[in-house]
Parts: sequence; C-alpha cells; structure tokens
Amino acid sequence: MPTDIDAPEILMRNVHKWYGIYHALNDISLAVAPRERVVICGPSGSGKSTLIRCVNRLEAHQGGEIIVGGIELDGDERKAEAVRRDVGMVFQQFNLFPHLTILENCTLAPMWVKKMPRKEANEIAMHFLERVRIPEQANKYPGQLSGGQQQRVAIARALCMSPRVMLFDEPTSALDPEMVKEVLDTMVELAREGMTMICVTHEMGFARQVADRVIFMDQGRIVEEAHPQEFFAHPKSERASLFLSQLLH
Amino acid sequence: MIAKLILAHPDASRRLGAFLALLLVTAALYLLGVSPDWIGYVLPGSVDWLTQHPSYGRILSAFLIAMILAANWKALQTLSRFQQIVAVWVELFALLMLFFYSFDLSFAFIAKKIGFLITQGVTTTLYISAISIVIATVIALIGAIAKLSRNGVVYGLATFYTSLFRGLPLLMQIYIIYLGLPQVGYVIGAVPAGILALSLCYGAYMTEIFRAGIESISRGQREGATALGLSPSQTMVLVILPQAMRVIIPPTGNQFIAMLKDSSLVSVVGVWEIMYLARTQGQTEFRHIEMLITASMIYWALSICLEYIQARVEERFGRFNVR
Ligand SMILES: Nc1ncnc2c1ncn2[C@@H]1O[C@H](COP(=O)(O)OP(=O)(O)O)[C@@H](O)[C@H]1O
Ligand SMILES: [Mg+2]
Repeated sequence: MPTDIDAPEILMRNVHKWYGIYHALNDISLAVAPRERVVICGPSGSGKSTLIRCVNRLEAHQGGEIIVGGIELDGDERKAEAVRRDVGMVFQQFNLFPHLTILENCTLAPMWVKKMPRKEANEIAMHFLERVRIPEQANKYPGQLSGGQQQRVAIARALCMSPRVMLFDEPTSALDPEMVKEVLDTMVELAREGMTMICVTHEMGFARQVADRVIFMDQGRIVEEAHPQEFFAHPKSERASLFLSQLLH
Repeated sequence: MIAKLILAHPDASRRLGAFLALLLVTAALYLLGVSPDWIGYVLPGSVDWLTQHPSYGRILSAFLIAMILAANWKALQTLSRFQQIVAVWVELFALLMLFFYSFDLSFAFIAKKIGFLITQGVTTTLYISAISIVIATVIALIGAIAKLSRNGVVYGLATFYTSLFRGLPLLMQIYIIYLGLPQVGYVIGAVPAGILALSLCYGAYMTEIFRAGIESISRGQREGATALGLSPSQTMVLVILPQAMRVIIPPTGNQFIAMLKDSSLVSVVGVWEIMYLARTQGQTEFRHIEMLITASMIYWALSICLEYIQARVEERFGRFNVR
C-alpha cells in the first residue's frame, strides 16, 4: 500500500524493452496519478500495446523500473500476481472464455483468486452486468453475443475484481461501427466515476471527452504528451500532426 | 470428341458405361480366380457341364457374381440413405459370417468356451486398458506441459521420454519391463508390467495429442486469465484444459480403442486377457481358429461400444461451440 497520498498509481522510469534485437520500448517514463485518465495513441507498431502490457507484466521489461500501486514489478511472480489483482485489463479481442457462461466468466477470478463464496461472486457479477446493461445475457455463452456485448462483458468481468486501475488496449478496434458507441459509453461512465485508466485508442471523441492527458508514441518512444485540447489543436511534433491528419480522413 | 458424344447421347453413354463396368468387374473376378463350384450347389444339374468346361465355368461364375453385385447395387439405390447404410452393414456382416462358416468351425466348442473368454478375458482386457489409459492420460498431461516448458532440462526429459517410448515396439517394451526390471532388483508381476508398458507407450503418443490440444488454444485466453490474476496452474486447469479437451478427446478415444487391441500384446507375459485365453483354450483341443475368430469378434464388439461412448462424450464437450 502506498503511504504517500500523492504517490502515482503507476510509475514507469526509463523503461526499455526489447523483442530480440528489436527495441520495442525506448526509455519510457510515465507517471499516472490516482483517478487520472490517460489516452495513448500512435501509429501501428509504435509500442502502445507493449507499454500497457508491461504495466501488469503480461510482458517483462528489461531496463528501468515499473511500480504499480506501490509494488515494484521486478520479476518476482508473486508481486506480478498482486499487481494483476488490482489492475483490470480489456483486450481488443475480448478474450472471454468461450466454455463458460457470461456469469461464470465474471465469477471465475473472484472465486478462485479472491476465494469469494459463489453466492457473493454471483451478486457482484450481476451488479456489474447490470451496470454494463446486459444482465439478461448472464446465462448465455460468449459466442451467442454480439461483439459490442462481448466487450461490455469483458469490462464487467474486469470490474468484478474491483481493480484500482483499468487498462484498455484498443477496446473498440475489433467492433463493427454501430457497436463502438455502446462500449465507449460504458468507458465514459467508468471514467466519470473516477477510475484510474490507461486507454490505447484512436477514438478521438472519447479522448477529448474524458482524457486528462494524451500520450503520442512513435517507434517505442513517447514523442508528445499534452492535454487533449492542446494535442488535437496544436500537435507539437511533425509526426503527431501527420498521424492526426491521417486519422481525420 | 468423346465428351461431345457423351453429351449428345446421355442415355446411351450411361448404359455403355454400366456395361463396361460390368465387364471390368467380371474380368477382375476372373483374374482373382473365383471358383465355379458354387454354381453346382445352386443348380445341381449343371455339375456335369462345369466339370467338362472348367474355364467356361470360371468365366460364367465371374459374370454371374458381377451380375449379382450389379443387381444388388441397383436395388440399394432405391432405398433411403439410412436404409442403405443398414443394408450394406447387414450384407457385409453376412458375407463375413459366411467366410468364417466356410472354415467348418465347431460351434459347440465356441459355445463351451465363450463364457470363460468373456468373464475372465474381457474383464482383464478392459481393466488393464482402463487403468493404462488413465495413467497414460496423466503422463500425457505432464509430458505436454513439460514439452511446452521453457526450461531446457524439463523439455529435454520430455522429448527423450517420448522419443524412446514411441521409437521402441510395444512388444519390446513389455519384454524389457517384465524381464528387465527384476535384473535391477525390482520384481514386477505380469499385470503391473503390462499396465506399465501400455501406460508409458501410450503416454508418449498422447503427449503429442495433449501438446497440440493445449497449443490450439489462442494466446489471448491465457493472457485474459493471467490479467485477471489467475495463477499459471489455475489458468491451465480452469481455462486452457477445458477448451483443449475438445481437441484432445477425439484422438484420445481413438488411442483408447487402439490400446484395447494392443493390450493383446501383454498375453506374451502370461496375463489372462482375451488373447492369452484364446490361444491357450484353443490349444487344448486343437481348435485354434475357433478361439481366434471368437476373440476377434469380441475385440470388434468392444471397439464398437467404445466408439459409441466416444461419440457421446464428444457431443458433451462440443456444447459451447456456438461461435
Ligand atoms: N511478441 C512479440 N515478439 C516480437 N515482436 C513483437 C512482439 N509483440 C510486439 N512486437 C513488435 O513490437 C512492436 C510494437 O508492437 P505493439 O506494442 O503491439 O504496437 P502497437 O500496439 O502500437 O501497434 C511491433 O513492431 C511489433 O512487431
Ligand atoms: Mg496494439
């Protein structure tokens, strides 16, 4: 537990990551305060996914330090598991478990990681399924739901562990256009309630609406960091203006 | 040119095709050397003619059989698909029985021995196979996880094991375990030796099945579970294996059926399973073929039962596949 009230929820200092000889993260330093909402954007392959996957150690970094909720991710697997209990993650491909019902997807981690009794886990799961507005699908299997519904289940599943931080990796990129809004609405609500969030997304409307800060990445580096209004109106770097002009078309 | 002719005269070409097929089958049967004797049984009056013209008799016999086959084929075409399947099974089964009948078997002897073959032999075969498949499954699971390990020592152990036990004939493994273990001071009974050999051999084959099953589950599933805080073993048991079972069960069922039959090899060390009993019971009265055919039919019947069970289990595990 962090003792200092103002301690950042997530702290990355001079982080480096290589895939073989490929330098995927190059000297990343980033601090995310509690209740802060950060949007990360940048061209494909710039290292956005790699960055947020280092935060819950789905990927191991090789240089610098990462401290999440006061716990340093230093290769100790128990520390990594402790961090993951407090950090929820939503993936582009949902990654729901197809052999379990929606309800079972949501209760799996509370029951096995937090050792919560089934009854309590079911109540919590139903609570969050109501919040993402699909309680009536609880007994169906993921394959029976639309993409947008599946992604909302994935959000509810993460929330059932009552995380202090939520990571989103392009949560709307795999969705049909008409389903993007229902997922973004859920994320906006979550942001309004004060969840600490890091979202990799190219939904600029969402960034404008909720982000405290936009981070632009290119070639494994953080190239630019600014308030969304500032970033969209006057990008400082050439790379970012090029990226934004392509996005608008 | 020929294509044009066929298109212009569809009916004629079909008849010509059927006639050619009939000629081909007749020729094939003639070359196989079918005997004309059966015509003599059906039409006793033709015996004289057949003895005078043996080669004409063979041609006639081949042609008649071809005609019977053709008529049978025509008749089957009028049935529904399900009836066709049943009819083909019944006909072929009848032919098989006729084939066995032609050995001039002593059914009294079979009737006398079959009870013992089933009570003693089938029980032993089934329990040796069942215990072995359970142990083999456990070995395969461990082997598969070891083969997916990044640790070189663990991976090395797993690959050496699978290579050795897939590379040696099962019969050799049975002898080596039964005769070799006592050499190093560990006396082992025939039944445990058989079970050990079957488990180790099939465990090695099934390691590959399990590894492929586990690898068939997308990386996203593991990551989703890990991100929720599940430990690697929880991820394996709660998320990966239940899904991998869909891929693992069908070939595992085949392995079990194969093992049931390979368990006949442990008869060489004197385990009283179906094969051993068939050999020893037949010996006493020089009725080998009776016992071997009976044993074969028992193996077949057991395989059919297992195939049925396997189909049921597959249905059960295919349930969530509604993508
Ligand atoms: N597991 C991996 N092995 C090797 N290279 C990888 C791996 N994952 C990502 N990369 C590479 O790292 C770079 C950054 O990837 P990623 O973080 O996924 O980019 P983004 O999410 O910004 O599109 C890409 O060039 C990608 O090819
Ligand atoms: Mg990405």
